Amino acid sequence: MDASPTVPETITGEAATSVARMPLVLNRRNFSWLTERISGVVENPAPRWWWVAFTITASVATFGLFCLGYQISTGVGTWGNNIPDGWAWDITNFVFWIGIGHAGTLISAILFLLRQKWRTSINRSAEAMTLFAVICAAIFPGVHVGRVWMAWYLAPLPNNYGIWPNFRSPLVWDVFAVSTYFTVSVLFWYTGLIPDLATLRDRATSKIKRFLFGIFACGWRGSNRNWRHYEMAYLLLAGLSTPLVLSVHSVVSFDFASSILPTWHTTIFPPYFVAGAIFGGFAMVLTLLLPARAMFKLHDIITPQHIDKMAKIILLTGSFVTYAYMMEFFVAWYSGNYYEKFAFWNRVFGPYWWYWWVGMLFCNMLSPQLFWFRWCRRNVYVVYFVCMCVNAGMWFERFIIIVGGLHRDFLPSSWGMFYPTWVDIWTYIGTLGIFTSLFLLFVRFLPMIAMSEVKTAVPEADAHYISPTQIQSAAPRGKERTR
Amino acid sequence: MRTPAGHKVYAMAAEYPSAPALYEAAKHVRDAGFRRWDVYSPFPIHGMDEAMGLGKSWLSGWVLFGGVSGLLTAALVEFGPSSFLYPLDVHGKPTNFFTVPAFFPIMFELTVLFGAFAAFFAMLTMNGLPRWYHPMFNWERFMRVTNDGFFLAIEARDPRFTETGVRELLEKSGGQHITIVHED
Repeated sequence: MDASPTVPETITGEAATSVARMPLVLNRRNFSWLTERISGVVENPAPRWWWVAFTITASVATFGLFCLGYQISTGVGTWGNNIPDGWAWDITNFVFWIGIGHAGTLISAILFLLRQKWRTSINRSAEAMTLFAVICAAIFPGVHVGRVWMAWYLAPLPNNYGIWPNFRSPLVWDVFAVSTYFTVSVLFWYTGLIPDLATLRDRATSKIKRFLFGIFACGWRGSNRNWRHYEMAYLLLAGLSTPLVLSVHSVVSFDFASSILPTWHTTIFPPYFVAGAIFGGFAMVLTLLLPARAMFKLHDIITPQHIDKMAKIILLTGSFVTYAYMMEFFVAWYSGNYYEKFAFWNRVFGPYWWYWWVGMLFCNMLSPQLFWFRWCRRNVYVVYFVCMCVNAGMWFERFIIIVGGLHRDFLPSSWGMFYPTWVDIWTYIGTLGIFTSLFLLFVRFLPMIAMSEVKTAVPEADAHYISPTQIQSAAPRGKERTR
Repeated sequence: MRTPAGHKVYAMAAEYPSAPALYEAAKHVRDAGFRRWDVYSPFPIHGMDEAMGLGKSWLSGWVLFGGVSGLLTAALVEFGPSSFLYPLDVHGKPTNFFTVPAFFPIMFELTVLFGAFAAFFAMLTMNGLPRWYHPMFNWERFMRVTNDGFFLAIEARDPRFTETGVRELLEKSGGQHITIVHED
């Protein structure tokens, strides 16, 4: 409390409340309420809707896995991929999923470095979403090479042929980038989970739960000598993850940018891909969190303010993406390159025209513009509608970049359309099932909100907090410190 | 030191009603010159390190070590095969040390990877975790530490520990439910 011990300014009534910041946890909930409500999601019996949802998503996931098995046992020919469309839905899905993961790391790392306390309500589930999205992403490059059992060639392992990977290839960079990203995300996520697992351990009612949570909580006891190292580790993991998350989608974009294909061979790709990834990822965070918030009654923790802020990030990154789209057209025109100009004309008026009009123009460029209006950012139905548009739009965008670039390159004699097969379609829907199943399991078995972190967003967590009653009794001491 | 019942004493501990109360109490204990003591809270309290007289955590040193070893590992893994064991001629591009930009992404990734592993494992080892057992868990009130409890414990092995002195200090600093915590 460094307020000077003078008589407080006579701010009363409405004026005083408008000076204070909006609380991050509504209705002045205390620590115990937060523990009860968040642990309750894990400890109470699964609600009926959870079983219904899980049955559906798990069935879809199972069928997706069957499609993968069919594709691996029969061959890549079960997909619609052809020459020239050697990359199609598979790589579209890969880029789509890996991009979704980026929002989780942005929330957990970048917003942490920027001291955005509102991240504490959403970071745990967003990080979980990152992991599940990367799992879905990792499936596609793995199986699209055809002979999955040779995937170990991706790693620089000594072998009896004496063959090594080409370390100057963006595809090898990608292997390192994605696997590093996944591993670091797991470490970051688990580090954050340790204190919360200790909470569940101390609340466990059965011996087996106590034992399991006890093992994974590593004997955490909330000691400040431990918190000291823990906070430094958390800060450094955030510091390491920040450049990492920017690098991952940059490296993914190198897969395209280092080729000579019109629409791929551009220097704008790394920032364009990263902005698009965060854009699509935030939409997916809200897609998952809005229903979870309603179902588990977390309205006091995930407040309209949080949704508002996420909507603003969607608007910001959506505007980056819009700028990048327009700049691509400008450069195609300004370069005077015939093939480049044709490729962009073909994007808008070619055989895949509606992908551009619906996906890129309507979903990605126009729909987020609703978030200029406060009413739209505060209305969960509008927010959900825009998020769904963005989810779809970002998938379309990747398809337009990949197949849109490949299907008509330099020579008209080598042009060709791409038509997905049922295996293509169901493998993609299957990964949606895997993703949602994993998320449903996550909310049932692990605390979906970081309890130890969200508690620090409550005013009482401040070492210099003075309660309103204390202020009245000890006046004049200054104003209540708000956060 | 043992209790009349024959238990070995680990510490004398007290509970505090709030984070600010714990923070103030920590300053008292620090100023009284104790060395072997700790505070326990459900979340990290900002400023507590200073209130306890603890400096910066040097976990960062391990992360630097991890990052540097990652960078060197990547350099070795890349240039070993590419320059010596299996030089690949792709587009006639050179494979020597002067083409670092093409080798840099993997160096960056492994720097981050090894740094993150170092941060995680250094956090566990510097905290003496994982551990199966800790005397503080013998106190049933301590179960609240992961919920909404704030505790302070001064260990019996501290040279300044005397039962009456510590009890008085804890009482004076606003501690409640002051108790002896057994080692076993």
